Amino acid sequence: MSINLEVPKKFVPLLTMAHTVADEVFLPISRKYDREEHTRPKELDALAALMAGMDEAGGTEGAGAAAGRVKDTTQGNKNGSNMSTALGIVELCRADVGLLLSMPGQGLGNSAIAAVANDEQLARFGGKWAAMAITEPEAGSDSAAIRTTAILDEATGEYVLNGEKIYVTSGERADVVVVWATLDPKIGRPAIKSFIVERSNPGMVLERLEHKLGIRASDTAAFRLVDCRVPKENLLGDPEINVEKGFAGVMQTFDNTRPLVAAMAVGLTRGCLEDCKAIIEQAGLEIDYDKPAALQPAAVAEYLEMEADYEAAYLLMMQATWMADNKLPNSLNASMAKAKAGRTCTDVALRCVAIAGALGYSEESLAEKRARDAKILDIFEGTQQIQLLIIARQLLKLTSAQLR
Amino acid sequence: MTNVADRSMSLALRGITRISGSDTLDKIKGRKPMELLLYRGTRDGFKAISAAGRTFSPPKKSSGKDGARLKTGTPSGQFDLTPDDEQQFLVEAVSDFAANRLRAIAHESEKGGIPQDLLDEAAELGLTMLGVPESAGGAVTERSAVTGVLVAEALAYGDAGLAVALLAPAAVATALASWGDADQQEQYLTPFLSEDIPVAALALAEPQALADPLKPQTTAKPIADGYVLNGVKALVPRGADCDLLIVGATIEGGGPALFIVETSRDGVTVAEDPAMGLKAAKLGRIKLDNVTLPASALLGKADAAIYSECVSRSQLAWAAIGSGLTKAVRDFVVGYVNERIAFGEPISHRQAVAFMVSDIAIEHEGLRLTTLRAAARADAGSDYRREVTLARTLARKHGMTIGSQGVQLLGGHGFIDEYPVERWYRDLRAVGVLDGIVLV
Repeated sequence: MSINLEVPKKFVPLLTMAHTVADEVFLPISRKYDREEHTRPKELDALAALMAGMDEAGGTEGAGAAAGRVKDTTQGNKNGSNMSTALGIVELCRADVGLLLSMPGQGLGNSAIAAVANDEQLARFGGKWAAMAITEPEAGSDSAAIRTTAILDEATGEYVLNGEKIYVTSGERADVVVVWATLDPKIGRPAIKSFIVERSNPGMVLERLEHKLGIRASDTAAFRLVDCRVPKENLLGDPEINVEKGFAGVMQTFDNTRPLVAAMAVGLTRGCLEDCKAIIEQAGLEIDYDKPAALQPAAVAEYLEMEADYEAAYLLMMQATWMADNKLPNSLNASMAKAKAGRTCTDVALRCVAIAGALGYSEESLAEKRARDAKILDIFEGTQQIQLLIIARQLLKLTSAQLR
Repeated sequence: MTNVADRSMSLALRGITRISGSDTLDKIKGRKPMELLLYRGTRDGFKAISAAGRTFSPPKKSSGKDGARLKTGTPSGQFDLTPDDEQQFLVEAVSDFAANRLRAIAHESEKGGIPQDLLDEAAELGLTMLGVPESAGGAVTERSAVTGVLVAEALAYGDAGLAVALLAPAAVATALASWGDADQQEQYLTPFLSEDIPVAALALAEPQALADPLKPQTTAKPIADGYVLNGVKALVPRGADCDLLIVGATIEGGGPALFIVETSRDGVTVAEDPAMGLKAAKLGRIKLDNVTLPASALLGKADAAIYSECVSRSQLAWAAIGSGLTKAVRDFVVGYVNERIAFGEPISHRQAVAFMVSDIAIEHEGLRLTTLRAAARADAGSDYRREVTLARTLARKHGMTIGSQGVQLLGGHGFIDEYPVERWYRDLRAVGVLDGIVLV
């Protein structure tokens, strides 16, 4: 074996397919669903099978909905479903991040279920589209501060959930929502558990759908939980309050999902750069990798600088997924990938609008839409600043009490 | 051909005859600067290379054969970031050497240059053999830019100036192994595989602004049985002691090409060329004034593709040095900000400080991976110019930012030479800017 940072050969057929889907399905409807916010993109219903294929292409371990079940006994280097899923996401987000987020069956809740569900839960919920509800009006990045309560009703064997949840991606369209709630607000992090709630549950009241800066194709819901009764078998993971292990369990999901959000950002950046390159070449300029930047036209020099940051973000993302596939602790690398990809995609998308000028700013091209979509990628699944905190705490070996 | 040093000397001399006796000069306190100018002009004037005693005996009979070559590796088809056992072993040995020896003398070497015992130890590590096939007396069977990158990175982690001084002869050996014919390899490569390694350098950079590495201003004029070279090469490691150079020049009426130049030839002179950093490498400027070379001095058959490959592989090695330097900054500031107390607690407890450390770590890792990808593509026989350019771009942009952040995090302490960060700041400016010198 030797060091190699190319896309694994075995993923190529799948990625070729994803590339075609992006071009043939996503791109033609990209602007339409940006304008028709809250309309469900029905064109995507047939594509769920593609995403399942991505997980399978990678083998057995990983982040996707079908992941983490079969014990893997093969030795040596692995390229698994963390990487194949991420690469597929890159291809699709090259066209449209909002549509990727609207793919049925591929919610963040699916990753949580895949990571921590027991066999019985997996049998009941494995095939369902699962959204994730963490954020509350008073608890964003500080997810330990959530106030939604889950009180066990011994008589009926149900948890009763009460509280308010916002920014639930696919909250309207999903079949179930994984809701984070605390068994006892006085205890803090260790008491926070996640519960699978059916969307049909009458105690889960859809308040509104948000009007957003970007990713308008994806619905973002706000819920009220009013005496929402959930069977106690729907609690994901260990029902006991374990002060030792605490929050780590629920937070571990992020080590697998952050590289995937990094992949969305990498894909969006790739789409921006492809369009930008075409514009530069149409203007009669050539992108020359041999000539020093100082001797090239300003737009080309800027393009090369953006592409360099893209490359760094892409490879950090690949590294984080490779580590996950090989069961190496990747919390640090997942955050580095997310931080770099999040800031790079916003930066590149905005600069590409500027390079294209009035054309880029107009709705005639997708540049302005990508620049609006980009911003969320540096926010959800942990903001830039949260990633920097995680990275710094690990490097400096500081606790969250020391480095706040 | 005139240059700054020539001009400053002639100005100073002209000044002496015209105005040294004049009262006006003393009145305007002009004597000091003028004397300084004269001193610098004399000191920096080009002189013949004193140490150039070494000769390279040509083969008794020309074989006319192509040189020994390394194979290209076979790509695995898998994404993998794990070095193989051989690479692992080598990197550990080099890292040890860099941490214990290079870092320890980095500061004093800025003045004194590289000490002989260090050169001897480095010879034992076999750095000059890493790009040379076993069949030609080297250490390897497959050419590995990845190994070269890992070694350059590990050495630069210790000290970049010393790393450059140690890697310069290795670059020449690698160039001879990669592009030399059998005669050139016998004559020039063999000494690099001995214990007494020649002082040698790959001289591509020139002292012009907005230089294009693929269009050297140094010229090679074809004559009946060879070439005549004219030009100036900048920032040549251990320039004053150099035995052998590989020089980039544009053949008149043709493209760029590499030439093997023994510094004992008539018309080769050297001047000191001290720079912002890399001081341990004792950089020199080499002037080629009507240097006549035999036809056999042409390396790589004047193939423009080989010249371009040489430039790219050199830029790749520089990116690796950038990766090693930025890692050095990262590890150093992690220790420092945890120990430095301000306002009653370690400064690492402040986000303004801690976030800077995170950014350093992110951009270092991005540069490292981009460099590795370029190297792995080179080893697999794929086109790697895009990847090299991106690595170079990252090294130039983020490498220097990290150098600056390193000093900033130490505040006033960062600005004095008691700590290494000001040296890294100076060294990092070379990365992504210089061409030649190192090669993988």
